[in-house]
Amino acid sequence: MRAAVRLAAWVYAVAVYGFIFLPVVVLVLFSLQATSFPIPPFTGPSLRWYQAVLSDARLTSALVNSLLVAVLSSLASVTLGFLSAWGFARFVLPGSAILRGLITLPLTVSYLIIGMGLLVLFNWAGVPKSLLAAGIGHVVINLPLCFAIIYSQMGDHQINIERAARDLGAAEWKVLLMITVPVMAPAIFAGFFLSMTFSWDEFVISFLLTRFETTLPVEIWNLLRSGLNPKTNAVGSLVFAVSIVLVVFFELTLLRRKPA
Amino acid sequence: MSAPLVDIRNVSHRFGQLPVLKNVSLAIGPGSYTILLGPSGSGKTTLLSILGGFVTPSEGKVFIRGADCTAVPPAKRPTTTVFQDYALFPHMSVGGNVGFGLRMQGVDGATRAAKARDALALVGLAAAFDKKPHQLSGGQRQRVALARALVIEPAVLLLDEPLGALDLKLRRQMQDELKAIQKRVGTAFIHVTHDQEEAMALADHCVVMNDGRIEDDGPPERVYARPATRFSATFMGESTILAGTVAEARNGIVTASTPVGPISLPGALTAGSPVALAIRPEHIVLGEAKGDIALGMARVDDVVFQGSFKRVLATSTLDTALQLIAKAPASATVQAGDTIPVSCDAQDIILLAD
Repeated sequence: MRAAVRLAAWVYAVAVYGFIFLPVVVLVLFSLQATSFPIPPFTGPSLRWYQAVLSDARLTSALVNSLLVAVLSSLASVTLGFLSAWGFARFVLPGSAILRGLITLPLTVSYLIIGMGLLVLFNWAGVPKSLLAAGIGHVVINLPLCFAIIYSQMGDHQINIERAARDLGAAEWKVLLMITVPVMAPAIFAGFFLSMTFSWDEFVISFLLTRFETTLPVEIWNLLRSGLNPKTNAVGSLVFAVSIVLVVFFELTLLRRKPA
Repeated sequence: MSAPLVDIRNVSHRFGQLPVLKNVSLAIGPGSYTILLGPSGSGKTTLLSILGGFVTPSEGKVFIRGADCTAVPPAKRPTTTVFQDYALFPHMSVGGNVGFGLRMQGVDGATRAAKARDALALVGLAAAFDKKPHQLSGGQRQRVALARALVIEPAVLLLDEPLGALDLKLRRQMQDELKAIQKRVGTAFIHVTHDQEEAMALADHCVVMNDGRIEDDGPPERVYARPATRFSATFMGESTILAGTVAEARNGIVTASTPVGPISLPGALTAGSPVALAIRPEHIVLGEAKGDIALGMARVDDVVFQGSFKRVLATSTLDTALQLIAKAPASATVQAGDTIPVSCDAQDIILLAD
């Protein structure tokens, strides 16, 4: 009986993880296909499609664009998110709870709605479709995230640490830069890497807000319109690999605590 | 006392509608070790925060070295604070922590390191310079916090329940060291605590606070021997309190009617006013009357052996509401359940207006 329960648990676990990871495994496996169609039988392994991706100027420039948008929009998100978290944690503001709710509200709004809203707004304001516009869109979706992560880690203990710095003669900006930022570094890095992850494979907003120069997910979508081939698998695998690296950084910074 | 280093004038403070300090005035001399003693909610920590500049009082003024500091921010006043939770900078080394104040003053790295090492040597932690705060024990962190606050040579060092988080043994040890360090550096220390033993051991100047007011203020020997108020008589050490009224006042002699009969003492109260007579435990004599004032018979409720003495709790047979606290020698044979005569000397009775 117990053996049967254990077996059932294993079967269930394998089924769940298979359901989650099989698509990725298939994607990565057929990116190593030696022939021209990403369908069984597997003919690899071969790196020819990766070579094809890296020699494709459109894909490599989209990759650079994506990295640029991810890094810059995440820097902006984490800076703005940190400052607002600090403001809410350290000062008594009228309607603080409502304002905090408002700042995190974009987390619940679909990217499509945000993208459309920005498209209309930029049209009206005369901002052309561009990487900058997409980057602003990414700040809109990632700022609330950074705010929520950093705000949740700002405890009362740090209040006295900041006070001690002020007491020893530090000006307010020095307190922020020399004390608060380093003390909050795990949460700040976590916010940064999570923003990078989300920006890196964000499609809808980039699709709506870019035109000639575009990001990698949009370029992959263009590629897919001409049908499946192992090159799309290869570029997809690259995107996935970068995401994994970012998530690992995120986990390392936020979840693995230093000994207190 | 020479010109006061710190002069608190008519300070009141409210948190919202709640008054926490009510018209407090206090002068603190240079080089003194001042203890603000009181139960939680007495306003002692608020008063310390006002001195440190973290709270601006609703009313009144604070002068430090003669300059009005009431609204001067913490960074710009000649005070530093040792926080109860130490508030060390976790990302900096011990040396970095101690040197922080000098760094803010623009002192160069080499001088900073030398001074930080000196300050750490002063608190007995010379070897910890390169360690991180999380590698230190609670007592060591406490010393680092002290060194960090002292290194910039403040006019006044403020300590917020600095020994509160330490265990009893370490606490008594740190207590002695604090006193020794204060003597050596000569800086005025103002130290908040609710521990009356700590207060008596450390203070040159003891300020007893209750409910936002200063109840008593003076050398601890005087505050203990001749407390100014009933609160101070019971908070700074224990006392037996005989409540009564003045039956007669004549020629500087007050006769109070109490549950144990009339007691006459020198004093200047008017007839009819309520009065409290406080007697310290060591002044209550148990057994056949040896003192010059008889306090009637009492039934012993409990005898607690405390090593060098026995603490005796008893109830008067004349009035069961009257609780007596006495200190008997360790060799005393008194037991719970005994009924014994109690007396004391007139000179040991403290007359308090109630």
